[in-house]
Amino acid sequence: MTGWFWVIVKTLCVVLAAPLLAGWVKWLKCRLQNRKGPPPWQPYRDLLRLSRKHVVLADTASPIFRVAPYIVFSVTILAVSIVPVITVELPVAALADVIALVGFLALGRFFLSLAGMDVGTAFGGMGASREVTISSLAEPALLMAFFTLAMNVSSTNLSTVIANLAQRDFTLYPSLIFSSMGLILVAIAETGRIPIDNPATHLELTMIHEAMILEYSGRHLALMEWASMLKLSLYSLLIVNLIVPWGIALTLVPIDLAFATLIVTAKLLLWGLILAVSETIQAKMRLFRAPQYLGLAFILSLLGMMSHIILEVQ
Amino acid sequence: MMDFAMTMIIAETAVLAALLSAIVPLFFYRLPYLQSWLSFLLLGISGLAASWGGGMALLLRTSEQVVLPIGLPWLHISLCLDPLAGFFLFIVGLVTFIAACYGPAYIREYIDGQLGIGPLTVFTGLFVGGMFLVLLAADAFSFMLAWELMSVASYFLVVFQHQRPENRHAAFIYLLMAVVGGAFLFLAYGVLAGFSDGFSFAAMKAATLSPTWATIAFTFAFIGFGLKAGIVPLHVWLPLAHPVAPSHISALMSGVMLKVAVYGFIRFVFGLLGGITWQWGVVVLLVGSASAVLGVLYALMQHDLKRLLAYHSVENIGIIYIGLGLSMIFYATQHLEIAALALIAALYHCLNHALFKSLLFFGAGAILQQSRQHDMEKMGGLIKKMPVTATCFLIGCISISALPPFNGFVSEWLTFQAALQGPILKSGILGAMIPVAAAMLALTGAMAAACFVKVYGIVFLGRPRTPEIEEATDPSFGMQLGQILLAVCCLGFGIFPAWTVRALNGIPEGLIGVGLSSATDKGWLWLTPVSAETASYGAPAVFFGILVSWLIVFVLLHPLRRDNRIRIAPAWDCGFGPLNARMQYTASAFAMPIRRIFSFVWLIVEKVEPAGLGKRSRYILRIDDRLWLLLYVPIGKLMLKIAERTSHIQGGNLRVYLCYSFFTLLFLLWVIV
Repeated sequence: MTGWFWVIVKTLCVVLAAPLLAGWVKWLKCRLQNRKGPPPWQPYRDLLRLSRKHVVLADTASPIFRVAPYIVFSVTILAVSIVPVITVELPVAALADVIALVGFLALGRFFLSLAGMDVGTAFGGMGASREVTISSLAEPALLMAFFTLAMNVSSTNLSTVIANLAQRDFTLYPSLIFSSMGLILVAIAETGRIPIDNPATHLELTMIHEAMILEYSGRHLALMEWASMLKLSLYSLLIVNLIVPWGIALTLVPIDLAFATLIVTAKLLLWGLILAVSETIQAKMRLFRAPQYLGLAFILSLLGMMSHIILEVQ
Repeated sequence: MMDFAMTMIIAETAVLAALLSAIVPLFFYRLPYLQSWLSFLLLGISGLAASWGGGMALLLRTSEQVVLPIGLPWLHISLCLDPLAGFFLFIVGLVTFIAACYGPAYIREYIDGQLGIGPLTVFTGLFVGGMFLVLLAADAFSFMLAWELMSVASYFLVVFQHQRPENRHAAFIYLLMAVVGGAFLFLAYGVLAGFSDGFSFAAMKAATLSPTWATIAFTFAFIGFGLKAGIVPLHVWLPLAHPVAPSHISALMSGVMLKVAVYGFIRFVFGLLGGITWQWGVVVLLVGSASAVLGVLYALMQHDLKRLLAYHSVENIGIIYIGLGLSMIFYATQHLEIAALALIAALYHCLNHALFKSLLFFGAGAILQQSRQHDMEKMGGLIKKMPVTATCFLIGCISISALPPFNGFVSEWLTFQAALQGPILKSGILGAMIPVAAAMLALTGAMAAACFVKVYGIVFLGRPRTPEIEEATDPSFGMQLGQILLAVCCLGFGIFPAWTVRALNGIPEGLIGVGLSSATDKGWLWLTPVSAETASYGAPAVFFGILVSWLIVFVLLHPLRRDNRIRIAPAWDCGFGPLNARMQYTASAFAMPIRRIFSFVWLIVEKVEPAGLGKRSRYILRIDDRLWLLLYVPIGKLMLKIAERTSHIQGGNLRVYLCYSFFTLLFLLWVIV
């Protein structure tokens, strides 16, 4: 029972801390570009302000438009709840494995894209079309990367995977390197960061995520924005905990947990820095270059799986 | 022992009721409403009986055989109902029953038309009865008889609306492919019969074939059943024939008839042939992967709603064949537990596809009946006009896109779990093949989701694109009921997979000898296909989790306390004035990025005719099936050429023809003696 209590606490913490990570990346990016950006806690102010505002609904909007923010947000929360953050002792991880995690994210995206098309403006359709195109290439790559990890430890249960990886000696597994690279590329694409999408743009030729939520306002917009920040945190957690799992608590000992919290925070901040640097030194790609980028991710993940089967299976 | 006899009697009742539904309504042809009502009542009884009897046979794991005193003098028709046949009987019966709820309201328009519904009721009954008999047949003779009955009856259903030339064309191609497929099946059974004493399945099962002959028989069966199931590249008839039939027939053909072909394949390969080699499994796996990916890519480019759904059947049959291929590979390499897992995944997907594909066809039929539109580019905004249809269709879309917590996800999850066991094979080729198949399956799932975002977004969301669409309303009660029942089934089989897998366990126990007891031994909450440590999925808890987190978010963030006013305003038009329906994204525009990325798959002709004197500029986009041109057009040309060459032996003179018959008879007598 305590396990379930911790799951709720952990999920709440991630949900509440997600805007901070997004703000941190933005702040760092501004600093790197010699601008004085908003403080890292600015997203909280934005969310608060949005949730206080009235909702303006388009006259063509259907019920899908109104339920979508709640579905997207709650499904993302559910996805977060099955990701180990500071400990691998996670009873919910048995309920839904990595494939289900990908399924949850896909369900959220399904409703997000539908909401984009609901109002019947060109922007929404454009955003939805681009989103599903990119995700239909990114999702297989993500699954392949996860499968490589799963085959490595012969389990698709996320906590088992991380626990197993964290207990290994520091050995270079070719499959893990390839799949980690694939995972990072996919994570950048799926969270709508440069070079695939620019979270700061509102130019119709380039935007993807922003185009889908263009018609949203008030608390609906707050939920959509929050869900996208949550998604950034989710992928960041997956990356830091799957690629460098060391430091995660293997048992529920308080001292370990405290230590793991510190380490995970440090890893996330560092990942934010990497993200900010990469976004500063790169430009956004043309939309039709994205398939090559995602194709690379797919090939890397597939290479990871092949090298596992050919080199590492005894 | 009572139960044993019961299942068979119930199944026979189902067949009888289906055949009666073909004949009895004919006596009331002057009262078309009574005719339609009677036909669907008998069909409903038949469907209910079939799913009851089949379900009982599956749950009780009984196997019962009867020999009917009809048929050829030395070869009576024998029927057998075992768990495998029972499971497919359950699927066919369930969908038939629901189609019988949906049908009466749907065919009302035909009653008023000049054609009358006589042919429709006759051939629907024969079609359904034929499918039941295929599933029950226990010897090659009655199997082929029932198979051809099913094919021919469905031909007449495809050609039912024969006023349109394209329907006649589709039906002709369908008949042609069915005949070719039937010929391959004759050859396949012929090879088996040659090695066994008799045509009964029991004798065929006992026969031992040399590996070469077994491979030949397998090839014939693979092509023969594949033609009916619609695997790539034998799928070309499917997107032509399925959409032109009346929608409840489309649902039966796409949702159920393809499953009968899958049943035939499983029965032939696992049940009769034996001696499965991993090479066969690889062939099935590769063809399945190709069907899945190409099916979904072709579907993405379609704008005719029913044709799009038909292409998705190709995709889903591909997914089923991936499961079957994995099962054959693991079976041949003696990993029986994993083989059972893959087989169960394939069977589960058969059930799921029957449910959600019928649901989607019913939805498309409701739109067709209400607005006479089948082109997606002319729809839009239907969610406000047809809320019940829209909700059910949404559930169908989520299910077919393999998203949790609905049923499509469970079967794909099981298939993935089987594929992830690939490394235990310790073989380089197979080890490389299985991950690629898993990658193709992942790509298929993601593409299917993209396709159904397109379908739902264009058809149900946005603004209505034509005036006919604006006048659509939800259809009458029977049609709504059919859709609601299927939507509930989609959710139910998604939330309670453990019960379903436990019920399915009898099939691999019979065919492979090993069940998948580990999958469900953690109780009904958990699905643990290999072991609890390897993978687990708690479907009821996932559904509960989605509901609870939605509720929490809603309660916490929905401001009940404050002024909760929502202002309705026009959508943002960039300051250029009112938006209209033509400014929305179209289905072609939506699919354009994917069309461009995978442009090598199709034959695309895209051009813009500039505006001239008195005419507007036109954008023309034609997307053709490359396989049709590469494979079928040359075959067609060759056939015509051969026919031309041989035509001079046909002089039109009766005496010459009699001569031909005489010499043929002489030749045959000589061969026999």
